[in-house]
Amino acid sequence: MGTCSLSIEVSTQLLFSQLLLGLINGAFYAMLSLGLAVIFGMLNVINFTHGAQYMMGAFAAWLMLTELNIPFWFALILSPIVVGLFGILLERLMLKRIYHLDHLYGFLLTFGLALIIEGLFQWKWGSSGAPYQSPIPGGYNLGFMFLPSYRGFVVVAALVICLTTWYAIERTKLGAYLRAATENPTLVQSFGINVPRLITLTYGLGVGLAAMAGVLAAPIQQVSALMGTNLVLVVFAVVVIGGMGSIMGSIVTGFGLGIVEGFTKVACPPASNTVIFVVMALVLLIKPAGLFGQTK
Amino acid sequence: MSGNRLLIAIVVAIAALAAPWVFYPVFLMKALCFALFACAFNLLLGYAGLMSFGHAMFFGMAAYFFGHTVKVWNWPMEFGLLAGVLGAAALGLVTGALAIRRQGIYFAMITLAFAQMVYFLCVQMPFTGGEDGLQGIPRKPLLGVIPTENDYGMYYIVLVIFLFGYGAIYRFIHSPFGQVLKAIRDNEQRAVSLGYEADRYKLLAFVLSAAVAGLAGATKAMVVHFATLTDVSAGTSGEVVLMALIGGLGTITGPVIGAFVVIAMQDYLAFVGQLVLVIQGVIFVVIVLGARRGLVGEFSAWWKARRRPG
Repeated sequence: MGTCSLSIEVSTQLLFSQLLLGLINGAFYAMLSLGLAVIFGMLNVINFTHGAQYMMGAFAAWLMLTELNIPFWFALILSPIVVGLFGILLERLMLKRIYHLDHLYGFLLTFGLALIIEGLFQWKWGSSGAPYQSPIPGGYNLGFMFLPSYRGFVVVAALVICLTTWYAIERTKLGAYLRAATENPTLVQSFGINVPRLITLTYGLGVGLAAMAGVLAAPIQQVSALMGTNLVLVVFAVVVIGGMGSIMGSIVTGFGLGIVEGFTKVACPPASNTVIFVVMALVLLIKPAGLFGQTK
Repeated sequence: MSGNRLLIAIVVAIAALAAPWVFYPVFLMKALCFALFACAFNLLLGYAGLMSFGHAMFFGMAAYFFGHTVKVWNWPMEFGLLAGVLGAAALGLVTGALAIRRQGIYFAMITLAFAQMVYFLCVQMPFTGGEDGLQGIPRKPLLGVIPTENDYGMYYIVLVIFLFGYGAIYRFIHSPFGQVLKAIRDNEQRAVSLGYEADRYKLLAFVLSAAVAGLAGATKAMVVHFATLTDVSAGTSGEVVLMALIGGLGTITGPVIGAFVVIAMQDYLAFVGQLVLVIQGVIFVVIVLGARRGLVGEFSAWWKARRRPG
């Protein structure tokens, strides 16, 4: 357990490398909370399986590499498709049966599914992680810090993924259907749009996003059965802080909290893994609906 | 009907008294502690309509408070139990005041997040013993005279504690306060328009639930001689939800039965190792998809249908 220092005599090297770490964590928070928000909007289900599906994405990429020799760049596309299809299967078989019930049942169902998936992966591959070699080794010396190329790539890739999702939902015709169906599914259905299929696709998309985040995480973290277990709990706090009303809100909140966490690691290391929860408590005090949420 | 009930009560009483000579007493004591814990969780869900997904923070912190006061500060056990209950209640007051600002699914996520924060704090704080936990918490004579070394004797002490906690919940539910709480659960706007301050009622229910969960956690630490990170982990929070779900959400006896089922599963299925979690997950899925009323709910529905004439 370290101590907190409020002095500014922190080396710029340390400050910037922690900020980069924060930015990378933020990239994952943003991608995951985005998927949660999109799924919740359409399905009225908080997808507790999100962390497990993130882990599946990383595992799928790892298996593709070790068993089939498929390189990272193909896995980055293939793995989300495979895991997304698995999500679609779950939605068709199970989730669609509980939409008429209280939200809590969706939470409980997906919690159970997460236990099953993570338990099976842990049983098959154990809890210790497997390394995944970085597809872009090396890095740049920027003078004030060393930037590993892959980490720089992750931040850019996450931004592109988030903004593409935002564009698809806010600026395209399919996205307009989706938003309309979120507001009033019966009306949209009466215009001849197949809403149940739209719901299924949305879930597949959200799960695919989680899996893609998992693939991106694989070379940074160890690939392990429990890599998403704690992450999903932090992402819940992120979602409470941001509110699930706005896509852009999720992205900004995710990246923002990652940076806050990075700063805390420099200023007060022992508080770094609780700072997001403290922020959540403050937001609940000041603006209970969340930074970007509508009241009720 | 009342004759039937009396008969059931007598059978249950005899079973409870004779149980330690049939089953392993430590198993029974653990099951009773978790049964009380599940009842505390269910009080909040069944009567305030609030599903907490972070109840392990009260259970686990109370275990630490008990362990620290009894082992390190050398307090008598009854004061250790009190420290556990009051500590959990205080934690409930702080987290509850924040969590009840949101409803439904957000409430579940907020409690889960706070519990995770408490978990991280427990990993770091020296008084919890970190990864090792607090080991070797001594059992001392209760009230200075009642011996607690023997597991058979201890069982009856735990049974009394359980009945005390269960009775407190029962009294609470059937008091005017409990009725108001139910009214708020069923129609909050209406209750508010009748002049009831909904948030105050919810907060008090939350604190009471936390306190009883704390009693359960402190008692568990007393029984098993240790308090560890498992007690405050998200896994334990999920387990208590599972207990209530198996027994029947919102029923008063359901959580007790659910707790015995889950604890028995852990003990008797220990040989499958980590697959216990998979089995627990399967039970979640099966109950949510197929039997949402739980064992007690489904049984009483079947019983009613059977007795219906024609």
